[in-house]
Amino acid sequence: MSLKPLLPYLVLAAAVVLTGLLVDNFYALQVLIFIGINTLLALGLNMLMGYAGQISLGHAAFYGLGAYASGVLTVHCQWSPWPALAVALALAAAVAWLVGLPTLRLSGYYLGMGTLGFGMIVFIVFREGGALTGGASGLVGIPPLTLGGVDLSDPQRYFFLVWTVVLGFMLLCRRLIDSRVGRALRAIHDSEQAARAVGVDTHRFKLQVFVLSAVMAALGGFLYAHLIGFISPESFNFMVSVRLVTMVVIGGMASVWGALLGAGLLTLLPEWLHAFADFEMIVYGAILIGVMIFLPQGLTRGLIDAYERLRRQAPGISSAP
Amino acid sequence: MQELLQYLFSGVTNGAIYAVIALGFSLLYNSTELINFAHGEFAMLGGLSLVTLWAGLGLPLPAALILAVGIGVGAGFLFERLAIRTVRRPDPIVLVIITVGASILLRGVAMILWGKDSHSVPFFSDHAPLAVMGARLLPQSLWILAIAAGLILALRAFFKHSLTGKAMEACAVNPKAARLIGIPTGRMNLLAFMLSTGTGAVAGVIIAPITMCSYDMGTMLGLKGFCAAMLGGLGSLWGALMGGFLLGILESAGVGLFSSGYKDAIAFILLLLILYLKPAGLLGAAKIQRF
Repeated sequence: MSLKPLLPYLVLAAAVVLTGLLVDNFYALQVLIFIGINTLLALGLNMLMGYAGQISLGHAAFYGLGAYASGVLTVHCQWSPWPALAVALALAAAVAWLVGLPTLRLSGYYLGMGTLGFGMIVFIVFREGGALTGGASGLVGIPPLTLGGVDLSDPQRYFFLVWTVVLGFMLLCRRLIDSRVGRALRAIHDSEQAARAVGVDTHRFKLQVFVLSAVMAALGGFLYAHLIGFISPESFNFMVSVRLVTMVVIGGMASVWGALLGAGLLTLLPEWLHAFADFEMIVYGAILIGVMIFLPQGLTRGLIDAYERLRRQAPGISSAP
Repeated sequence: MQELLQYLFSGVTNGAIYAVIALGFSLLYNSTELINFAHGEFAMLGGLSLVTLWAGLGLPLPAALILAVGIGVGAGFLFERLAIRTVRRPDPIVLVIITVGASILLRGVAMILWGKDSHSVPFFSDHAPLAVMGARLLPQSLWILAIAAGLILALRAFFKHSLTGKAMEACAVNPKAARLIGIPTGRMNLLAFMLSTGTGAVAGVIIAPITMCSYDMGTMLGLKGFCAAMLGGLGSLWGALMGGFLLGILESAGVGLFSSGYKDAIAFILLLLILYLKPAGLLGAAKIQRF
């Protein structure tokens, strides 16, 4: 890879380092950490929805699996978080593989409903898990993270941890999209039959990207659980799955930066407009409908299109080669 | 025995409600090949409208019932006109997200209008519960069954004996051919939407007295109605009925046998099973309709 395509990522990395060093407001850091976690989740879901064209309305289940697996192991079994993370990711991957095997044979609405059903079942298991999951009131006392003797509970350090992970996965996804796998996924997105006709093993690729997005969601769950120290089923309900889909759709499907934009916007929106509280659902719904009607490819694509139109209308302004 | 009968009664009552909701899904799917994720919200709209019209404004029951269902029909009209027909790229993923958006929007509107509290309405008639072999049968259960049966008969008559109904069926069978012989398919789609959301509102209205009505009651109802529709075979009206009753009875058996906490999971486990084993549903056509 030459340096030029890396440039935006370097800019983002520089921005992350600067922000991390300059901001020492606890609340601001917390919000930025949440944006990071949501970006990770949206990025994974975007790989599935935007590139492979498969909808998942139960993605919060994997987010929750990561959080609960690590939470249960550290709280009840006194494991250290890092081996718990390995188990959580492996569990999410295994579950995604098992669920994806039959589910991804479906498409469109059927797939949406299948993933939704799966998400609901996982949510109910969290809620009814009794002493193991803490039931409806949740699991408390999840220990903070330490890495090589460094205490990561400090928000500034946690910020760097989360955003390093996010940047790493953004690069990974970018590389994946530009690789043979990425081309195969886009072929599936455009036409599954055509992809199969030219020899793409569509089922295997869909399953792989489903597992990848589940693992990324579980990692997000792990980061969330050890940040807050407390998890409850409501953090992983159907509405959360919908919110994740919203992030992907608003930001723009099939775009690594769209995930960042969508996650950033939808994390900040309620923070900015606290007066919103009761109107949050109306605004969410209206945004979803409006974007789908007017910018079905999301804000990133919509903004680029608008920019190109402007440029064409005023060729004198930007005649730079 | 007595306990078994009690579970059967509650199973059949819930089953009738799931059946009516499933009917709405199948009606719409038949004509437009669309699944409305906001369908349960129209049941919520019907139930809460009844709360306001009957318990709140004191309208006579029949008028309140008709008006509440009318509100569901009108909301369906607006939904189709504003959010479905305006879509530029009607990809399934786009339409799924629009209906999901609409469900959140409707829930948000209902939360503003009716607040976060639960509301209740009295039974349609104040007869004492009947004792059948030691089990209690609520008169409201009979109302639910009677109204569901009436709705089904009316729909059947509409599809079999009216010109509009036949035209709608023609659109469902082959939209292109229907357009060629001069059936206004666009208007038929709109009508299918209104019929579907109207039946959703009927479900909400009849369930209102036996449950607490709140702005978030629709999601679960809609999801379970969808499970029932899938169970019987999406697009098949008889399948919707069978799926509804089957789900209701299995759920109530599950509550009896296991715990009530896992009751909600039964519908989704059945959904996954049917999706994996026989996506066309128990009564569905042999062809697996994808969109």
